[in-house]
Amino acid sequence: MNKSFVVAAFAALAAFPLVAGSYGLDLVTKIMIYAVLALSLELLVGSTGLVCFGQAAFFGIGAYATVLLMGLDWGDSMLWVLPAAVLMAAVYALAVGALSLRTKGVYFIMVTLAFAQMAYYVVHDTPLGGGTDGIYLYSKPALGSWLDLDKPLVLYLFTWACLLGVYVFLAVLLQSRFGRALAGIRVNEQRMRATGFSTYPYKLAAFTISGAMAGLSGFLFAVKDGFVNPELMSWHLSGAVLIMIILGGLGHLRGALIGAFAFALLQELFKSEAIFGNFAKHWHLGLGLSIIASVAWLPHGLVGIPEKITQRLRGVPRQDQEAHHG
Amino acid sequence: MDLSTFLIQCLNSLQYGLLLFLVASGLTLIFGIMGVINLAHGSFYMIGAYMAFALAPIVSGTFGGGFFSALVVGVVLAVLLGYVLEWAFFSFLYEREHLQQVLMTYGLILVFEECRSLLLGDDVHGVEVPPLLAGTLPLGDTMTYPVYRLFISGVCLLLALAMYWVFTRTRLGMMIRAGSTNREMVQSLGIDIKFLYRVVFAAGVAIAVLAGMVAAPVSSVYPGMGNSVLIICFVVVVIGGIGSIRGALLAALLIGAVDTFGKVLLPQAAGVLVYVLMALILLWKPDGLFKAG
Amino acid sequence: MKLFRLTLLAAALSPLALSSAMAQNTNKLKVGLMLPYTGTFAALGNAIENGFRLHVMEQGGKLGGREIEFVKVDDESDPAKATDNVNKLIKRDNVDVLIGTVHSGVAMAMAKVAKDTGTLLIVPNAGADAVTGPMCAPNIFRSSFSNWQPGYAMGEVVAKKGHKKVVTITWKYAAGDESVRGFKESFEKGGGKVVKELSLPFPNVEFQALLTEIAATKPDAVYTFFAGGGAVKFVKDYAGAGLKKTIPLYGAGFLTDGTLEAQGADADGLETALHYADSLGTKRDNEFRLAYAKTFKLQPDVYAVQGYDAAQMLAAGLKGVKGDTSKKAEFAAAVEATKIDSPRGPFTVSKAHNPVQDIYLRKVVGKENTLVSVASKGLADPARGCKM
Repeated sequence: MNKSFVVAAFAALAAFPLVAGSYGLDLVTKIMIYAVLALSLELLVGSTGLVCFGQAAFFGIGAYATVLLMGLDWGDSMLWVLPAAVLMAAVYALAVGALSLRTKGVYFIMVTLAFAQMAYYVVHDTPLGGGTDGIYLYSKPALGSWLDLDKPLVLYLFTWACLLGVYVFLAVLLQSRFGRALAGIRVNEQRMRATGFSTYPYKLAAFTISGAMAGLSGFLFAVKDGFVNPELMSWHLSGAVLIMIILGGLGHLRGALIGAFAFALLQELFKSEAIFGNFAKHWHLGLGLSIIASVAWLPHGLVGIPEKITQRLRGVPRQDQEAHHG
Repeated sequence: MDLSTFLIQCLNSLQYGLLLFLVASGLTLIFGIMGVINLAHGSFYMIGAYMAFALAPIVSGTFGGGFFSALVVGVVLAVLLGYVLEWAFFSFLYEREHLQQVLMTYGLILVFEECRSLLLGDDVHGVEVPPLLAGTLPLGDTMTYPVYRLFISGVCLLLALAMYWVFTRTRLGMMIRAGSTNREMVQSLGIDIKFLYRVVFAAGVAIAVLAGMVAAPVSSVYPGMGNSVLIICFVVVVIGGIGSIRGALLAALLIGAVDTFGKVLLPQAAGVLVYVLMALILLWKPDGLFKAG
Repeated sequence: MKLFRLTLLAAALSPLALSSAMAQNTNKLKVGLMLPYTGTFAALGNAIENGFRLHVMEQGGKLGGREIEFVKVDDESDPAKATDNVNKLIKRDNVDVLIGTVHSGVAMAMAKVAKDTGTLLIVPNAGADAVTGPMCAPNIFRSSFSNWQPGYAMGEVVAKKGHKKVVTITWKYAAGDESVRGFKESFEKGGGKVVKELSLPFPNVEFQALLTEIAATKPDAVYTFFAGGGAVKFVKDYAGAGLKKTIPLYGAGFLTDGTLEAQGADADGLETALHYADSLGTKRDNEFRLAYAKTFKLQPDVYAVQGYDAAQMLAAGLKGVKGDTSKKAEFAAAVEATKIDSPRGPFTVSKAHNPVQDIYLRKVVGKENTLVSVASKGLADPARGCKM
């Protein structure tokens, strides 16, 4: 049932350009880019139990690498810029993971934050990043003449393809032996280790894959906006992605999708002058209250909505609402 | 750097470290001892600063009180606020996962900021130093040192001592520490754990608000001030070791030193030094400097 | 169940599809205000909007013969969301003119989109030199200042006062760097030397360590660029450290603009340079200040003036094209040919569309930045990198 929801969602997204105006296309492209980022974090947080508070660094490195490499003018084929940006993000993730995975729990969270802040300050305070006001991407990557990312529809479909690819990759990965190992680590790492299983390489691999995907998301962001700024690496963004996946529901890939869309659409809703008139400038209030309400009534995130409704309809007693991951 | 400048920088470093501890101590209590990740901690600090600004005319208007009376009123209000908040929002979060707490307190940050905007506007404000403490002490021939900053450091030391004493030498402290490690056991011993948690939470909020009020005359009161202190407070608590008050104090002093001397000796890297410090300490001691207690 | 969830998704996304289809074709001129309505700069965003609206109201709700319709977007001073927000105004709301913003990073994103789409953009604050530098374009205008201008003017003043050794201090970000660069250029040309350039990471406000450094260096004067909460704290800390009595402090006007109530006595006597002052005493300024105070029950500040003048610039351009905003070259020509009758004093725009204006030397007296003299008459930003 969940699979058919996901299939339907992707089909709807593919068909969306037929009804969308240019703004709608724009907005949903951006949401899909954040969805890729959310999926990358879901691999760590929801599937492996590693709460990373530094995802923005890998995202930002992918974005900055894209702009800086395109600026080198070595031919603007996507064939090399995309893999290079993703690789650079992955390399940083490998380094950060190698060092951070020595710590656990909240300490792990803070160490990942520390490394993200270091990346932030490199672009913010040194000439490497081109300045605190940000730098521009002057020409967008292309693959021959048929894949020109400068056209909004092409970019939309390319992003859709990337999102689909990342989703399918993760779905397959999590069903594999590797994915089972990650699940075991999430549930009880000590027990895994006690059975002789070496957990560190699995965690490091997950961390690196996650960083690579975040880098892909960064590449797409830079191509779409044509403008990168050090704030792309700030902890505010790391926090926002984390909020997205918690809101959507941890432990489910579709939770990351739903969370990314819900977070963005909620903001659109509360910022809408058409609905709230002059109060729209206080949209933080509506968003904050929605989030608090979701925590109060949906302990499993938005993915838990259908469950909650069916249980209410069937009258299932409260204590049978068990947590299930996977 | 000559000797007298060096000594003054040491004083700056010490004072900033103590101020950090003051601001982070509320978080040490709620996060360190109760285990609740409270992202709204920065908001409580902001509420304190805005209270110092907003209460001053009310307090002087109704009973002619000054800064200290406003402090007392503020702390009382903060305890009430903390009590109500815990009952309304946090009490059902103890059983939930940490990340649910993250999500909810994130929502609270948004709500608090917007309420502040609606009630008190978006302008920058200042709070006057109380005349009693408005003097300065000479430091060499060009510089002076404000007495008020020494007062802040004094408040912080007092608070640190008070917290340490309550937690290690009183029954209440013992119950709190026991409750944080094993909630059910404490409950089965007949202690009203719900009430206890409410009290501790209210105390944590009150300390954060007090910090905001006390620091308001030297910082300024502006929108978004809560966010800037939030991260550094978590850094303090984590470096020190979650649950350890003396750890938080030591961590705060360390960060004070790194920030102060970093700005002067390594200005290129000043922004990142604190995080490098945190990474180095956690890689050396993955559970922070001290264990809980 | 699947159908239910699908319907929800469709319902959530449909407003996006519909709203763009509802683009009106009336004679109204749609002005898109992209300003910070939340966060640290919210007060500035409100002031700019107030100033803009005041001028439109004074003209009976019409500029260039067209009725003005406003659309607002909160940019949250977040550069990461900037492009999305601009696209919202251009693609969803189909605005004819963009007005924004305060934060330079956001303005940079706006400038790019404006340049790429040819949409008219008037920047009512962000001082990033690049906006009328490398990013300059026929459809991009600025009604405020470039970071370089107040700095350059102050440098001339400080050199004329006979100070030889100066230490600069600011945040390490583009606005601070550009302001200090402007100061250094004129100060060193006037025979002085900047012996140390201190900076601290943005938005760190722990100044004590650097104040001690300043005291140890013993310069003749200090030049600084801070704004908002940081400016309040810096002025208070500077006085608290006793430096105010021994080492004169000069700054770009943002140090004391909108912050005097918070700074109290610590700001008394501070001299700053800005393109506006609280006591210009001209007929034009008095009229403006009175009208603003009556309408909004608040005192205007430099941000309100910048918003007001953005509206004046728009009006000037519209007059030249008889309300037809598609005539970009004629619009630009009209603005370039007009002398804007601003409360700050009349000014024209340079070829790069930045105001060529008088920068005033002001001194804090009581709760006001009172005019001392004109620090730099008709100062034009060199527009380095602009290819217009």
